[in-house]
Amino acid sequence: MIPPDTTSKGQTDMSTAGSPSERSQTAREGAKPAGGAEKAGHAVKLKDLNAYYGAEHAIKNVTIDFPANEVTALIGPSGSGKSTVVRCINRMHEEIPGARAEGSVKLDELDIYAQDVDVTAVRRLIGMVFQKPNPFPTMSIFDNVAAGLRLTGTKSSNLKDLVHHSLQAVGLWDEVKDRLSSPGIGLSGGQQQRLCIARTVAIEPEVILMDEPASALDPISTLKIEELIDELKERYTIVIVTHNMQQAARVANSTVFMLEGEVIEHDETNKIFTNPSDERTERYVTGKFG
Amino acid sequence: MSASATTATGGRSSLERSPAGRIPDQVLKWGLSGLAALILILIAYFLIRLIGESGHVFSTYGLNFIFGNDWDVSRNIYHGGALVFGTIVTSIIALILGVPVAVASALFINEMCPRRLRSPLSILVDLLAAVPSVVYGLWGVFVLAPKLLPAEKWFASTFSFIPWIGGGIPTLYNYFIAGLILAIMILPIVSAISREVIATVPQELKEASLALGATRWEMIRMSVIPYSRSGITGGAMLGMGRAIGETIAVVLVIGSAPKIGSHLFAQGYTLAAVIANEFGEATGIHTSALFAAGLVLFVLTLIVNVIARWFISRGSHGTRGTGATGMTIASASGSDQ
Amino acid sequence: MSAITTAPRISARRRRTDKVMRGGLLAATIIALIPLILIIYYLLHKGLSAWTTSGFFTTDPTGSFFGNPGGIRSAILGSLEIIALATLISIPIGIGVGLYLTEYGKDGWFANVVRYFVDVMTGVPSIMFGLFIYIVLVTSRFGGTGFAAWKGAVAISLLMLPIVIRSAEVVLLLVPSSLREAALALGAPRWRVVFQVVLPTSASGLITGSLLAIARGMGETAPLLFTVSTAFGLTFSLGQQMNTMPFLIYTDITSPRTAIQNIAWGTALTLVVIVLLFNLFARLIASRSRMA
Repeated sequence: MIPPDTTSKGQTDMSTAGSPSERSQTAREGAKPAGGAEKAGHAVKLKDLNAYYGAEHAIKNVTIDFPANEVTALIGPSGSGKSTVVRCINRMHEEIPGARAEGSVKLDELDIYAQDVDVTAVRRLIGMVFQKPNPFPTMSIFDNVAAGLRLTGTKSSNLKDLVHHSLQAVGLWDEVKDRLSSPGIGLSGGQQQRLCIARTVAIEPEVILMDEPASALDPISTLKIEELIDELKERYTIVIVTHNMQQAARVANSTVFMLEGEVIEHDETNKIFTNPSDERTERYVTGKFG
Repeated sequence: MSASATTATGGRSSLERSPAGRIPDQVLKWGLSGLAALILILIAYFLIRLIGESGHVFSTYGLNFIFGNDWDVSRNIYHGGALVFGTIVTSIIALILGVPVAVASALFINEMCPRRLRSPLSILVDLLAAVPSVVYGLWGVFVLAPKLLPAEKWFASTFSFIPWIGGGIPTLYNYFIAGLILAIMILPIVSAISREVIATVPQELKEASLALGATRWEMIRMSVIPYSRSGITGGAMLGMGRAIGETIAVVLVIGSAPKIGSHLFAQGYTLAAVIANEFGEATGIHTSALFAAGLVLFVLTLIVNVIARWFISRGSHGTRGTGATGMTIASASGSDQ
Repeated sequence: MSAITTAPRISARRRRTDKVMRGGLLAATIIALIPLILIIYYLLHKGLSAWTTSGFFTTDPTGSFFGNPGGIRSAILGSLEIIALATLISIPIGIGVGLYLTEYGKDGWFANVVRYFVDVMTGVPSIMFGLFIYIVLVTSRFGGTGFAAWKGAVAISLLMLPIVIRSAEVVLLLVPSSLREAALALGAPRWRVVFQVVLPTSASGLITGSLLAIARGMGETAPLLFTVSTAFGLTFSLGQQMNTMPFLIYTDITSPRTAIQNIAWGTALTLVVIVLLFNLFARLIASRSRMA
């Protein structure tokens, strides 16, 4: 059980709080119900994260707290580093030749960049949904969802239930229950993306990262995905990168605005879009650039 | 589409080209088309002559030429079953020994080794293709065959319980050595095509398995191999085509015995090898039999190559198999000697 | 669910499998390279000693069973002559067909048929080209002779042709169509566009493909068996039988005399060096043009 946060019950003195992210953090903590009934979940904290593609310094001293069981959106113009930040969280960034990251990324208390950490094992705790749906083309729908489960040697007798469960969780079950053995790529774009989410959810990660998950989809599928995100946050901590500001407004509890590799502002979504503190944020959300 | 406006100076407008000016274009167009047609005519003529020359033997023996087992020059009897057997067996040995090594090396070079080693390693593997067949034969005769004979003897006696593979007395030149040399010779082409195909695996597919918490090998197994299966199969079949047609290296190390060998390390013969050996002194129906062997050889390589290219085009997943793959196939494959 | 404090682990079995399979891939690559290393070693080991025997490059094989076996001069020169002729035949025709396919035929049915059969040709065993020329030119005693060097050159050019055509097509397709269109828009007739824009732009690629085809052609033995046969002495007459390196190696392998077997190694080393030089040259041109 996560120990209840006792430092900031009730009202907090906002005037003495520090950066925007800390301010909204404490505001939210103040809003938590006193005592028990804590939602189980895991938080991600980035501290002084720097990432490089070769010599290019893509992410500069990024510090963000992603609270447990909430959806945090990363917005910003192209090239602002949002995708890179997210890919650093599950250490996919270093898969690119010449890329490296420095700093601290903590999943609860575990710094996943520590020396003795097994990257492969950590990635199972942090799921990722990609911009372009990428089901395994040679696998059936069933096998796609079961793929991650099979890696850890889940017995095949349990697979059916788990696959069923995941497909239901993403709202795909009714649509595919009669063709579980047909190829995963035979589905429509929106269905494929939900399949990928089911695949991610099946291995029960703690955190789900989403890199523009709906940008390649039609509006109806997008809506379905957004509804899904809303349900998923009950069980997972979600970080979503999006260039669609309306989407951020719809799904995210808090939003981070990034520009040129730096965090400019991080606050409740509402505030970012109606009354941002930074002038650059204001220009971006009103469409003046990006 | 020439505008025929006249200019101020009268006469033709500069937009219109004189009839004489069009001649070079026409010459070029029809000249080049003629060359292309020439290729087709050549191939057709080749087939016609080949079928013509082998007609005698097929009318005499019918299909027994391919399936009968009795090739005896001294009695002037030519049933080539043993040749077909040897051709297929040595090619299969080449596939079994060569393809796994080639594909594994392709996986290593593309997925595992440090980037800066990729190019040198590829070049080294491709260099095997630059070695002429006769040099492989030379090396096989004086180095490989004698040096492996003790090991073959050990193998045959240790595994004598396996039918055909063990139990015989190995001779210096045999099916196995021929198959082994062929395996080495097809390595570069199978590896090159495999590398091409593996390189087309989309990054997001690999990331999909990595993001699920897969180890490097698991990623290769889940994302890379299934995606590349068709293309790699095509490459393997191209390698088989090469192995089927290889003449010089095989004729030097197979032992030239026109029988169906009773075990892996027995002497044998192939269609290509028999042509190389016996053509010089053949007459009459013997010559026709050798042409017939050539025809069978040609048809075999044709079938295998057609199947190969079908697999490769299936494995291209939408990208045309031209470009680099075309260049690779052009320079590294092509049945040799 | 409690807070995560320690690093998770994957099962030892998976770790082991990963290590073993990756080790296997590395091992396979090493195995793939062993034959190359061994061949190079033996070529150098045995070939160099042949190289250093006096007269190796400057005298012709004597053909005598006893006594001085001679050198390989006629074989080297013969190979070069025959390849030169084969190149003269196959390169222009090959590039021509390649041009047809990219500039005129494009995706038409005829062009596709041609492409298909050129593909077929790449898979034809080289001995078949020798057989073909044998039927057509040798038995008919075309030109008044049986075996002749030029007939062997024709056989080899047939072998080189599909390689040249395919690589030419690949290279010519790389010329951006915007270049062609710009020239055409300036009013240049088709033939000028081909000769003054397309060919010069793709020149280095065409040269690379040609060099690779030549390297292949030099190493072929089977097409020569029934078309050129061989000779001992040096001859420049293309209408006669001629010595070639591959043929020389082929016959010398079966000789019982060690001295002659050594000559085979020396010839093999010479042949491989020449072939490798062509390959190297081709790669150099290819990479230089990429950097340009």
